[in-house]
Amino acid sequence: MSDPFPTLRRRGFLALAGGLALAGCASNTPAASGPRTGGRLRAAFAGGGAKEVLDPHMASLFVEAARSKALYDKLADFGADLTPVPRLAEKWEPNADASVWRVTLRQAAFHDGRPVRAADVLASYARILDPKRAFRAKASLAVIDLKASRAVDDRTIEFTLSRPYVEFPNVLATFSAYIIPESTEDFTKPVGSGPFSFVSFAPGRSTLLKRHPDHWEGAAHLDELEFVLANEKSARVNALLAGQVEYAHDLSPVTARAHEAGGRVKILRSPNSGIQAFAMKVDRPPFDNRDLREAMFLLADRPQLVESVLSGSGQVANDLYGKGYLHYADDIPQRTRDLDKARFLVKRAGAEGLKVTLNTSEAATGFVEAATVFAEQAKQAGITIEVAVGDKDTFWADTLKNGSLSSFRSGAMPIESHVSQRLLSKSTTNVTKWARPEFDALYDKAVSTVDEKARDAVYREMQRTLHAEGGYLVWGFADWVIGTTTAVDGVLTAPANSLDWARFDRVWLR
Amino acid sequence: MSLGRYACRRLLLGLVQVLAVLVAVFLLVEALPGDAAVALAGDNPDPARVAAIRAAMGLDQPLVTRFGEWLHALVRGDLGESLVSGRPVADFLADGLPTTLLLAGLTMLLLVPSSVVLGVFVARRAGGRVDRVVTALTIGLHAVPEFALAIVLVALFGVELGWLPPTALGADPLADPAVLVLPVIVLLARPLCAVTRLVRAAMVDALASDYVRHARRLGLSRARVDYAHALPNALAPAVQQLARTTDWLLGGVIVVEAVFVIPGLGTSLVDAVAGRDMPVVQGLAVLFGVTTVLVNLLADVVAFRLAPRAGSAA
Repeated sequence: MSDPFPTLRRRGFLALAGGLALAGCASNTPAASGPRTGGRLRAAFAGGGAKEVLDPHMASLFVEAARSKALYDKLADFGADLTPVPRLAEKWEPNADASVWRVTLRQAAFHDGRPVRAADVLASYARILDPKRAFRAKASLAVIDLKASRAVDDRTIEFTLSRPYVEFPNVLATFSAYIIPESTEDFTKPVGSGPFSFVSFAPGRSTLLKRHPDHWEGAAHLDELEFVLANEKSARVNALLAGQVEYAHDLSPVTARAHEAGGRVKILRSPNSGIQAFAMKVDRPPFDNRDLREAMFLLADRPQLVESVLSGSGQVANDLYGKGYLHYADDIPQRTRDLDKARFLVKRAGAEGLKVTLNTSEAATGFVEAATVFAEQAKQAGITIEVAVGDKDTFWADTLKNGSLSSFRSGAMPIESHVSQRLLSKSTTNVTKWARPEFDALYDKAVSTVDEKARDAVYREMQRTLHAEGGYLVWGFADWVIGTTTAVDGVLTAPANSLDWARFDRVWLR
Repeated sequence: MSLGRYACRRLLLGLVQVLAVLVAVFLLVEALPGDAAVALAGDNPDPARVAAIRAAMGLDQPLVTRFGEWLHALVRGDLGESLVSGRPVADFLADGLPTTLLLAGLTMLLLVPSSVVLGVFVARRAGGRVDRVVTALTIGLHAVPEFALAIVLVALFGVELGWLPPTALGADPLADPAVLVLPVIVLLARPLCAVTRLVRAAMVDALASDYVRHARRLGLSRARVDYAHALPNALAPAVQQLARTTDWLLGGVIVVEAVFVIPGLGTSLVDAVAGRDMPVVQGLAVLFGVTTVLVNLLADVVAFRLAPRAGSAA
């Protein structure tokens, strides 16, 4: 696998090894001079069309996440290794057993000049937790006992949790848990505390924002930021090439390869952004057989998948979630293809001549291609995989319930969130149906262990189990590919959904 | 039959047709896997959350109830609200309509004169070299699907040569009409070929007919015979083909809007179907259905006037 951007990798490595936040200038070309103030940046994203909304708690698409980030702040957000970084919260302190957390707010103001107060935070969380509504962040925030939590003063909140929970800062940083002014229900002219304030919104077309001069972190460089929508990757790259936009989010690796040498656009890759996997359901035949799962692990040719499906814009994975993230078990040796052993295990599982359906769809880029390549690989171990391409709009709900083998991908989140959402008996999106009391107990132990080293050891133990016999065959980590015109500088590369992803307050136009 | 009675009968038939379309669209979208709640939950299909969304959207009501309520509101002129964003469906239509109308209108405006002129031009040279070349070109171009033509034109004129904007991203088509050039060319290509060939064929038939030969024998000038006598008869089938082109344009617009990122009705429809946003899909179905019926009615009335025999036979 060629590496066209060694500097990015090296920086990524530094950030991981040293736990350093990516700071300051991190564009792929050294800036001749410092950031310039002014100008309008037009950023093209895939969108939900006219149905999109400005309510940050309803955000689910990338464009909604990026726009919410520009307009609003969360109490915390995720660094490049998915550790929570303080944002509106200046600091957080747990009590001895991590069941009560005191969060201090920094001095910040909403776009209309009102200060961000503890009451706004509690009201925002109460809105998300409203039992009559269905916001995405509700499940993560459910650990907060809102009735027992209180505002100590305008800038101090005491959160009482329903159980000891060391990873509470992950909740503060959770996707779409934005702080809005108390009792806001009308989002036609949204008011937040983020680096950009609202100018205009035409659903399905564009959102125009302007610099909020009094942002607590310092004003953005751009005068204006406009989000425009183009669902087709090809349209986004064409618009970029023609100078109709300055920033195009999520390009295909093939496009990136074709254009990065031309010099007309800059291509930036954010490593470890998309986790690519096949999900085996461990509660039903045929993958309730541990030998067969291991055979599947061993028959997969990961480098071939990465090269053919991701066009090299990614890295080989080791059947574990979250490479490079906090608590990732990087000491587990990389699994490589071993057809002889795979055949032996298939035989031992009594699964010779097995025929199994792999459910996939166009729900994510590369799904069908990966399924097809993988089916070829499985054939060499004597397993026939029939690729079934289903409806893309309902794929996630379908595969959560039905079938035994399906395509899977995930954006970045802390390993702890991945486990709690997908790998516990009570997890609501447990697609592999991995439900084991002893594993649940390990998770409970991890999130209540205050000592960091001891906690890390528990996470590693959980990952060893998953690596040996889990249901996720994680084969790759896709880079997130972003294109900009040559006039754009200050674009940071970080996993999608982390703080520095789609972060426009540090971007400037030359 | 008088023209008035004919129009009335067709109007009533049109109403029944629109109603049938609405029921069919409702049932078809209903038959798609999943619903708006599942589509909205996306890759986070927590069953409890999906159920909560479903209840909030009123999707837990029986099918007949939902359709009945929607139809009842429609009769009162209320198109309802989007399940996903809560915006009135009328807003979706009002936002997308001007752009789509502009796109389709421009196409029709260019299509009518150019196809008639070209069709007559080659018909008067039927069998000649010009006729053969034009026939080969129209057949060839007609075989190219819109999306393929669009991709080639975008790559060539939008990206490589940089003469025209490759997309309409972030642009207002009224303020910046250059963004419409490539989309209109793509929309125009296939109907231009079809209508030109139809006009040519009808004109060739008309020119070979007894009454034209008779008119020639009477010593009328060739131009007068061709344009005053042959052409009106040749146009009747072309007018009906133009109406069918309108139906086709509604489909073509969806492809063209997607490729060129034009936020019109086609884009709204694609998004609404993907999101299973039934009220929006239904609202668009009303609009598309009514438009199709009206345009066809208009075409039949015009054809009736041009050549009463053709009209009454229909």
